Amino acid sequence: MGDTVTTPSGARTLLLNMGPQHPSTHGVLRLVLELDGETVVRATPDIGYLHTGIEKSMEDKTYHQAITLTDRIDYLCPMTNNLCFVLAAEKLLGIEPPPRAQFLRVALNELTRIQSHLVWLGTHAIDIGAMSVFLYCFREREQILNIFEMAAGQRMMTTYFRVGGLSMEPPLGFVERIRKFLSCFPDRIDEYEELLTRNRIWMARTKGVGFLSAEDALDFGVSGPSLRASGVDWDLRRDHPYSSYEKFSFNVPVSTEGDVYARYILRVAEMRESIKIVQQALDGLPEGPIKATAPGVVLPDREKMKTEMEALIYHFKIITEGYRVPPGEVYQAVESPRGEMGYYMVSDGTSHPYRVKVRSPSFANLQALPALAEGRLVADLIACIGSIDIVLGEIDR
Amino acid sequence: MTRATGFLPMPSILHDIADTALTLAAGFKVTLKNLFRPTVTEDYPSEPPRFEQRFRGLHILQRDESGLEKCVACFLCAAACPSNCIYIEAAENTSENRISAGERYAAVYNIDYNRCIFCGYCVEACPTDAITHGHGFELATYNVTELIYRKEQLLASPASPAQF
Repeated sequence: MGDTVTTPSGARTLLLNMGPQHPSTHGVLRLVLELDGETVVRATPDIGYLHTGIEKSMEDKTYHQAITLTDRIDYLCPMTNNLCFVLAAEKLLGIEPPPRAQFLRVALNELTRIQSHLVWLGTHAIDIGAMSVFLYCFREREQILNIFEMAAGQRMMTTYFRVGGLSMEPPLGFVERIRKFLSCFPDRIDEYEELLTRNRIWMARTKGVGFLSAEDALDFGVSGPSLRASGVDWDLRRDHPYSSYEKFSFNVPVSTEGDVYARYILRVAEMRESIKIVQQALDGLPEGPIKATAPGVVLPDREKMKTEMEALIYHFKIITEGYRVPPGEVYQAVESPRGEMGYYMVSDGTSHPYRVKVRSPSFANLQALPALAEGRLVADLIACIGSIDIVLGEIDR
Repeated sequence: MTRATGFLPMPSILHDIADTALTLAAGFKVTLKNLFRPTVTEDYPSEPPRFEQRFRGLHILQRDESGLEKCVACFLCAAACPSNCIYIEAAENTSENRISAGERYAAVYNIDYNRCIFCGYCVEACPTDAITHGHGFELATYNVTELIYRKEQLLASPASPAQF
């Protein structure tokens, strides 16, 4: 397990593998640690244990089928991945989904952000030793997952978005269900904050730990809450709006502290902002269709398919052959709960993507880990891993 | 930042102790409040789990009002499936042996649950609403070959036409 090495200076250090089966590495991450006593001299992340070949598999699927793969890239934000993929394909096809679909997409994406941050908060807190926060966070997360199940049929692998809109109209009582959740959720955030924000143990473990300067953050390509906690005011939802985000008013919390505590405060603040966005989306939810009118690309309504011959033919053609996407290249980025999630899609004019490259935020964020943890204690390393909120499935793809 | 390093002036220590006690008390208040909230844990397997209407579970091959199979072996579900888990062999209906209302019926209809990802594409594709998602989910087995479900296992019973 351990092996001693002598550094050039003559000090004897211990080489230790943390992971790949370590609960605090949030997945299957191996960290090769060089320790001097309890101090981390060097931390080298070793990734690739969860490689699934999703990018390559997409080349073998039609655009319609490849949506199912995007769910499985990041198990904490399936809707965000769905959205990014369909937006990229819509850009190539030149399709604009109807406003109702766009608003529902925004609402579901912000709920995804809340549930992802809840998982982050719960697991981060349990890493540091606060057990009850974990239980409360997962209780609220379950309510959001039930909302997803109500609309899409699955809690996690939703596959709810389609190129041109949504797969089906949300059921009756859907909006009321979200409103009910939103009405009690702010109080629950207050409770988490009561447990942690001013707790002396929490502050001792997180304040001043894992500092990342704005310059370093930009150099490493860090994005999302970890970047904003270092003082860089950058949020794709506001700066490069997609899916009608420009119609919503919300604040982008920014902090200049750059430590683990700042990232905690920032994500909690983001959850509160997400609540506002969901409420705006529900208040202003337009009536109308949930699918764009693009015969040959978007599946026809089921009623039409059963009564009209032309619609039935389109239905058969789309499902058996897929739809041809004009040749071209496109890059579409969305603000996932972890940062800039981007899909670079190349089409050669057939019904299968020629290449899909996923720019995953965790991959870049993980690069910053050695800079955060080196020179600090092993216990601080645990707090650092938690604070950058990595999802290994998304790193390895 | 609260680690005691050397001697601190007295009022500062007192302030620290008071603050620690207060924040801890605030935390315990939250846990105490939660103690009296209703339990949300589902007691599976002692009680059945709660599903939403649209939950995508084990497939059911539906029958129409007269008890005939709805599937007409058009292979659309197999074409839509992203994981290629549906295998169908079609056969012609005859006047003596009428299985479905259409021209053909599925003589063999297998779903390989080793591969199925429950994405719902087959249900979305089916033009006759023959295949639907039920709420079954208890698939676990010691033998993977048992996970290839045959038509007989998937088919709704003739007595009750619509099943979930």
